[in-house]
Amino acid sequence: MVARTLYQKLVDSHTVARIDDQHVLLYADFHIMNEYTSPQAFGGLAARGAAVHRPEQQMGVVDHVIPTHPDPVAKRTIRIEAAAAQAANFTRNCDRHGIHLFDVTDPAQGIEHVVAPEIGLIRPGMVVLCGDSHTTTYGALGALGFGIGTSEVEHVLATQTLVYRVCGNMRITINGKLPFGTTSKDVIMYVVAQIGAQGARGLAVEFDGSTIAGLSAEARMTICNMTVESGARAALIAPDATTFDYVKAYATDMPPEMFEQAVASWRELKSDAGARFDQHFTFDAADIGPYVTWGTSPDQAIAIDARIPAADALDADAIKALDYIGLKPDASLIGTPIDRVFIGSCTNARIEDLRLAADVIRGRKVAPTVRAMVIPGSGLVREQAEAEGLVHVFIDAGFEWRQPGCSMCLAMNDDFLEIGERCASTTNRNFEGRQGRGGLTHLMSPPMAAAAAIAGHIVDVRKESAHD
Amino acid sequence: MTDFSIIQSVGAPLPLNNLDTDQIMPKQFLLGIDKSGLAHGVLHDLRFDAFEVPRANFVLNQPAYSGANILVAGSNFGCGSSREHAVWGLMQIGIRAVIAASFGEIFYFNAANNRLLLVTLPEDAVSELMREISDPASSGLVIDVAREVVISASGKEYGFSLPARQKSMYLEGLDMVGATLKQLPQIEAFEQAHWASNPWMKVDLPTMRNFLPSWAGSLV
Repeated sequence: MVARTLYQKLVDSHTVARIDDQHVLLYADFHIMNEYTSPQAFGGLAARGAAVHRPEQQMGVVDHVIPTHPDPVAKRTIRIEAAAAQAANFTRNCDRHGIHLFDVTDPAQGIEHVVAPEIGLIRPGMVVLCGDSHTTTYGALGALGFGIGTSEVEHVLATQTLVYRVCGNMRITINGKLPFGTTSKDVIMYVVAQIGAQGARGLAVEFDGSTIAGLSAEARMTICNMTVESGARAALIAPDATTFDYVKAYATDMPPEMFEQAVASWRELKSDAGARFDQHFTFDAADIGPYVTWGTSPDQAIAIDARIPAADALDADAIKALDYIGLKPDASLIGTPIDRVFIGSCTNARIEDLRLAADVIRGRKVAPTVRAMVIPGSGLVREQAEAEGLVHVFIDAGFEWRQPGCSMCLAMNDDFLEIGERCASTTNRNFEGRQGRGGLTHLMSPPMAAAAAIAGHIVDVRKESAHD
Repeated sequence: MTDFSIIQSVGAPLPLNNLDTDQIMPKQFLLGIDKSGLAHGVLHDLRFDAFEVPRANFVLNQPAYSGANILVAGSNFGCGSSREHAVWGLMQIGIRAVIAASFGEIFYFNAANNRLLLVTLPEDAVSELMREISDPASSGLVIDVAREVVISASGKEYGFSLPARQKSMYLEGLDMVGATLKQLPQIEAFEQAHWASNPWMKVDLPTMRNFLPSWAGSLV
């Protein structure tokens, strides 16, 4: 038997048919949809008079356009007319085909990639597809997840399969203890900065090493989520005891005997000794510090105690990025004043992220020049944060405690940056205009964003004591 | 009828690397429920200033390039968000092909599904083409899909290779959904075997909704 990577095992176990030497017909165990990348797929389905092949293996969530005003969820309404029409259209499409929808007033509504794992829908060994690039998140649980386009959404609706080009394999090993003040967000920002915005383009990336093994399932989700910013087609972490415990806690519908049988099978979900990777990087966790972006691409990032590259090291893209972001070569990011703080997104809005941010701000106040908001990843995350008392930490500090959604990660709703506003953001993309036309984004971890909210400028969270 | 085998047009140079789909089709144009009306949104913030006035220095606003059907772009074109709106929009302003050293992975397949031709050439070939078309007098390009060559105004030929499947999808306009629907019996046979050996992979969301974690019990 040829030694296979974890990725190859997942593809093989979901191959309905080989199409040619590059392509397979890949089976999707689960398919997730949102309101903005699915309408034309439903339209295509209607035009050909096709049915949804497996409606019970589909899920809809209104998350991209939903407002996050702190109104009670039961009274939630979308005030932007076109967005309301898009959500209503989504409701009609899901109803028509018998697809379960987490709608605007559903208390369990949230960001699709936060909701699916916490409902227990994502299990090791699955293939999960969604019309959203951050579907790579599910690799954290040993499931093959990746983003697809709307034409492909139609294909999955009609057939529960995808015509899929099998990709190459990259392995990224990270060993050692994560230094004080760093999180899994810093790990992935470091990796993206090291290998570049297209360093893993078109490849399935498998993470391993003692650093990864020591991370929680949620922390791993942050890593796999943002691996797509290096161009990766998928991110994977072989399931282990941490994964099994997470799935057991959330997939509460699985009878104990089925769970035991599943775990026996999940233990095989790892790359064989001698499996061939096209590329292999090894990093030392000791080299990772709190990371912050200085430019307009996620790989334009430095450790907080480093300096923006000097003028003679800048290429045309970097010069353009610095011009947009309004910073100088060879400068430190520390002390850069900010106007907004955004804690949220499918990268960093789970309960552990909120706890990390709350730990930094407990008993302190947001700087008077800053507007800071927390957007929990889902109704369940919000509920749990309230049960744990985190809500008081945020509100007492002066944060806005809002309702779940994608919100200002991509600003499709009414949360956005004004021209020239600078934001410390726990999101995944610092593209020009992503958070609002002319908005200036600095990606960072939840503790770093929280510390920036208190200081009113970008700071090194390691130098901020909890009570100064 | 459109001839898909040859594209002959001015090529517009867009020398930006990592031009993401947020920039190709910004969020404010994503609220529709069909594919129409996206022309104004394409590369919006590069084409128009904050007052919606066209930026005279942007290549597609210059008379010599405004009718271009071919873009010659920087590497990793179309990275980022999965939004297929980026492809629909480019086609709605008349773009039929993009030439670059590399493309975002999801964008690549979105383009194939809409018959937007993506031509991958080596970095130095793209730079050379970019230099040649930057002079409006030599901005004409021919892409011969059957022969898999790009021919510049000076007559230089740049060979590229399209994977067989992408080539036939492009030339013949294959209906993939229709083709796979014919395989439904095979898919159903796969499902039965797959669920028999991995029963935990068969989720039933409507039923599972009743099994939300206990601390969420007060919600539902």
